[in-house]
Amino acid sequence: MSKRIDVKDLNVYYSKFLAVEDVNINIEARSVTAFIGPSGCGKSTFLRTLNRMHEVIPGARVEGEVLLDGDNLYDAAVDPVTVRSQIGMVFQRPNPFPTMSIRDNVLAGVKLNNRRISKSDADALVEKSLQGANLWNEVKDRLGRPGSGLSGGQQQRLCIARAIAVSPQVILMDEPCSALDPISTLAIEDLINELKNEYTVVIVTHNMQQAARVSDKTAFFNIAGTGKPGKLIEYGETAAIFSKPAEKATEDYVSGRFG
Amino acid sequence: MTSATLSRRKSQLTKGRLPRYAVWVVLAAAVVLAAAVSALVGFSIVTWAVFAAVFFVVGATLVTATVEGGRKATDSLATYLVYGCFLLALLPLLSVIWTVLERGLPGISYDFLFTSMNGVTGAVDNSAAENGTPVLGGAYHAVIGTLQITLWATLISVPVGLLAAIYLIEYGTGGPLTRAITFFVDVMTGIPSIVAGLFAAALFGLLFGPGTRTGFVAAVALSVLMIPVVVRSTEEMLKIVPNELREASYALGVRKWRTIMKVVIPTAISGIASGVTLAIARVIGETAPILVTAGFASAINWNVFSGWMSTLPTFIYYQILTPTSPTNIDASTQRAWAAALLLILMVMLLNLVARFVARMFAPKTSR
Repeated sequence: MSKRIDVKDLNVYYSKFLAVEDVNINIEARSVTAFIGPSGCGKSTFLRTLNRMHEVIPGARVEGEVLLDGDNLYDAAVDPVTVRSQIGMVFQRPNPFPTMSIRDNVLAGVKLNNRRISKSDADALVEKSLQGANLWNEVKDRLGRPGSGLSGGQQQRLCIARAIAVSPQVILMDEPCSALDPISTLAIEDLINELKNEYTVVIVTHNMQQAARVSDKTAFFNIAGTGKPGKLIEYGETAAIFSKPAEKATEDYVSGRFG
Repeated sequence: MTSATLSRRKSQLTKGRLPRYAVWVVLAAAVVLAAAVSALVGFSIVTWAVFAAVFFVVGATLVTATVEGGRKATDSLATYLVYGCFLLALLPLLSVIWTVLERGLPGISYDFLFTSMNGVTGAVDNSAAENGTPVLGGAYHAVIGTLQITLWATLISVPVGLLAAIYLIEYGTGGPLTRAITFFVDVMTGIPSIVAGLFAAALFGLLFGPGTRTGFVAAVALSVLMIPVVVRSTEEMLKIVPNELREASYALGVRKWRTIMKVVIPTAISGIASGVTLAIARVIGETAPILVTAGFASAINWNVFSGWMSTLPTFIYYQILTPTSPTNIDASTQRAWAAALLLILMVMLLNLVARFVARMFAPKTSR
């Protein structure tokens, strides 16, 4: 269970404003792909187009194709809800549901959809998901407590557990560590390395060391200036991007000589 | 220079400071001085209190100014003025509660709570006054009317108001429909209550013949007053639900309507519940729209769909304006005050219930 993503000639718009222009990228199944680039270059916008979360914002639309194992996500007959249940997402700020316990947060994807699940199945799913998010040992004695009582790093891992509990094909992560301390960041990075065995992981990060540590492939996005659309400059093996990039802009960015 | 010499020198960072008890000394002096001055102009509690307040504020400010400096003096002046305004604002409230308790408590009895005014005439009141027996007649029918009419008004307004707010916040895109709804809700907020009553009376007059007066017509009139309050407060509560929670739900493959029902509403429910309670408290004391829609009854009527009804406010109104016995109005006055006390208690109870509900539903944050 994990699928590949192929993006063909994708343009992303906010109303009339072209935010990301002409992206072509092939993301392998069971790999970690990192998106890097300066703020405002369209990494997060592009990431959100991969599970149609983009169109939650009024006026947002796309042109082009995103293929999940060959099926176009933007086909007129595709229900965005189906897409989102196959492609999970973890956000920048941890956002557990404040009205739910830790256990209910993990089961949110099941319960919110009113799917019937027996208590033993639910227990097994909670344990498996929390184990998968490296959180089980920390919370197993307080599953009935509210999720918002956990620390920031634990909340973020709870959100990852919540995302993998619906068994998606792909997990998108939008700067998942930017609000966390180095120790929690390390825990999440270890987790990403394990997730790669079962899922396709795409991660947006501002931390280039993090991209180098966790990803198999790296995509560098850049923007020519304010008001101009963001573009995919270079995409390749992480080692190559960081050691001998083909583009001058990539080299400037990864070596810290930006601009 | 050693540290010993340093510690002996007076610190250059400190200024003069008043001791803690200074404020109480000034207060005592102000109270004594005010007693003397008010005795000169003709003593009364009110002049005494006013003089004491003025002397205290001026005195405390002057003392602070001489010892601690101008900035501190301004600070204490503003502080005392704010406290003064707080006490001033509290006075009417305390006075109302005291008056209603004082005049209403004697009228509260088992009979008052559980009998109606059915069969209570001027003769009954007169004989009660002449023989010194307890006043007969009660507000049972009015309590039932108040509860029934308010319940039906709530049943009408809450779904309409809640759904309108959900539409405005979750589905509205700022188009003409959204703007029209917002505009009309604003207009509805400003409708005088008697106009709402006339509207309901006219509407039911058209539908079921002129002079249709039932509890339900009153409930419709009250819901015209309630709906905008429910919409407004629910809207505000839905606005402050973080968008991240909606996105988190969408990202799990949850549909929009389910997201609203299971994530957005539960997160905002405590605020919505207190908004609804405030709306109920706003209409439970309405008099004018009840008079023109439900008429007035002195007997018990449980059925909101037929027959006239009275509520506590209309009961009070009639007891004061047309006493049951024109020669012995004390009995009616007593009943009116007791009903007023009952009304206040009902609203307070409602507020307590709302707080309890809000706490029960509030998002849990304890570790």
